[in-house]
Amino acid sequence: MASSGFARHYVDHAASSALRPSAAAAVRGAWEAVGNPSSLHASGRRARAILENAREQLADAVGALPAEVVFTSGGTEADNLVIAGGAGWGAGEGRPFVAASTVEHPAIAQSVRALGARAVWLGVDAEGLVTGAALDSLDERVAWASVMWVNNETGAVQPLGVVVEACRRAGVRVHSDAVQALGHLPVSFAASGLDAMTLSAHKVGGPVGVGALVVRRDAPLATVSHGGGQERTLRSGTVPVALAAGFAVAAAECVAALASERARLGALRARLAAGLTGAAGVRVNGPSGPGAVSPAICHVTVPGTRADDVLFLLDAAGIDCSTGSACTAGVHQPSDVLLAMGRSEADASASVRFSFGHATTVADVEAVLAAWPDAVARARAAYGPA
Amino acid sequence: MSGGVDSSVAAARLVADGHEVVGVHLALNRHPEAYRSGSRGCCSLEDAQDARRVADVLGIPFYVWDFSERFHCDVVENFVAEYAAGRTPNPCLRCNEKIKFAAVLDRGLALGFDAVATGHYARLDWADDEARLYRAADAAKDQSYVLGVLTQEQLRRSLFPLYGTEKPQVRAEAAALGLRVAAKPDSHDICFISDGDTAGFLTRALGERDGTIVDTAGTVVGRHAGHHQFTVGQRRGLRLGVPATDGRPRYVLGISPATNTVTVGPREGLAVSAIEAIRPTWAVAEPRLGRWRGLVQVRAHGAAMPCAIAADADGVRVDLDASAEGIAPGQAAVLYDGDLVVGAATIASAA
Repeated sequence: MASSGFARHYVDHAASSALRPSAAAAVRGAWEAVGNPSSLHASGRRARAILENAREQLADAVGALPAEVVFTSGGTEADNLVIAGGAGWGAGEGRPFVAASTVEHPAIAQSVRALGARAVWLGVDAEGLVTGAALDSLDERVAWASVMWVNNETGAVQPLGVVVEACRRAGVRVHSDAVQALGHLPVSFAASGLDAMTLSAHKVGGPVGVGALVVRRDAPLATVSHGGGQERTLRSGTVPVALAAGFAVAAAECVAALASERARLGALRARLAAGLTGAAGVRVNGPSGPGAVSPAICHVTVPGTRADDVLFLLDAAGIDCSTGSACTAGVHQPSDVLLAMGRSEADASASVRFSFGHATTVADVEAVLAAWPDAVARARAAYGPA
Repeated sequence: MSGGVDSSVAAARLVADGHEVVGVHLALNRHPEAYRSGSRGCCSLEDAQDARRVADVLGIPFYVWDFSERFHCDVVENFVAEYAAGRTPNPCLRCNEKIKFAAVLDRGLALGFDAVATGHYARLDWADDEARLYRAADAAKDQSYVLGVLTQEQLRRSLFPLYGTEKPQVRAEAAALGLRVAAKPDSHDICFISDGDTAGFLTRALGERDGTIVDTAGTVVGRHAGHHQFTVGQRRGLRLGVPATDGRPRYVLGISPATNTVTVGPREGLAVSAIEAIRPTWAVAEPRLGRWRGLVQVRAHGAAMPCAIAADADGVRVDLDASAEGIAPGQAAVLYDGDLVVGAATIASAA
């Protein structure tokens, strides 16, 4: 059980990916320039130019207009702005409800839960995909609906076209958390028909601490965070110019490499899934088939184990992975996503996620597979009646 | 690693000795409080964070293991049930017996570890392939009593790196290593009763039930709201309406859960010279059956009392050389031969 320095096999890119050298260079290049992009003097103008270059570069990468890009501190803030802002707008429009699927990231799920009786939940099927029946329940009392593009635990790709159409029929504005989609699936805001979508830099090799709410200019959102009125008054506060520059470079790079990376990571995922399910009883969660799941996420249930033990044993073998679900005080909680898919509490407590990024190699996958049989066997031996 | 100074220094010593150490903090409360209040307990999220920071400094992996369900069933519910049955349990002993050196140890062994180490003050020596548990060098901190319920099998997989050290030295060692917990206060109370109000905790768990307080002649001298709010030897809080005829203080002499009656009487009534104890466990490799002379301790910080011991597979009878007070059913009688822990049994009756 050697915990060997930092020669690690990192397969947790969905938690935070490795910083791309190009993004690091962009951050460094902008980091030391003095100036607030809101200032009118020369230094301010220089900062603003870097920021607006970043806005245009990011917009181009995701099929949006520069004016549609609202920089935030990350995905969580963008999700909060759209849910609270959407609810705030809807309250004055006779549309008091906000809807979200039952498999959302906590940034959406908790924001919607905080609305109390004004929350509407859209159920999912056994593969974690939002159901037609749930979408049919949307009506004129709902202001906004949010359905994630790619599930952060299972990698399941939601039927966004169907979601957008259902929302249109009911006059409901629609948002998607696209944090896990960018770089792994084609993401075009304009083509999607969405009113808003959330992005995060560090999931695609950009810096931590910056994200964006891409939002149509006519999308009705109340301002919920007040200040100097930056970023279309939706997100006040000085924009971190250097982080935005790094974000844009990372986004542009991952989108440019999308076709080859999809194929490369898809092949790695297939190899990993085949190897992991070689251990008795192990099953891959979420949908299967081309386009139905992210090539970058492989989520498996290992019956008869605690996820914490599997993770510990892999950690000791030099492999960084996670459950992808919430942990409280260092203890993993049963996955709300798997529970929403109708799986048992035991399954929801016995699932681990491997996730890939630009830095993932075949050696990482081979290392996981080499450690896997022993980790599964030991974790099963350690699984008492606790 | 509770987040306290003892387990922190225990871990540091193992690291220094070249062991491959992984820090484990036990999540024992289903609803942990975010922050410590006062010096009580070791189960808040802040305590877990303290332990995590020690592991960072020591450069060892750190995990939180959730044993809250097991702890609730094996320790908390047992604690309540024992009080409901009129007995006086020691939950720390129970936790060592059922959680730390059982559930945690089993899980660790299955995962590939060799032993569980804790910050308890006790000495473990090997002799002829037997792990022998002795009192710690620091008599004031000696914790061999709460380890007395461990069996030879458990002791063989245990390490107590703090043996032979006195507490101030442990704190100095922590400070020298740059551990911020060096000056953290000790925890004294029952960890799952964070406000220290045991009677209140038991009342919440068991409810109130009106009952009588009687003297040794059976005369009703007061009322109470539940026998579980009393322990044998208690003097305060009796709130008796009728003074004793001799005017002397009265103590709880006995508790009858079946009739919800508490019996009080003069201090002499507490004197006990014989103890019957059941379910013996043996720290030594060979159960010490038959008759032998030794020492018995019945409380965590109680005295070791010279006695004659008669043991068989089902129980132990202890005849004290000198009578003693405050011995109640439910307490553990830990048997010593000098400083060597021989075994333990649960007190069923005392006379």
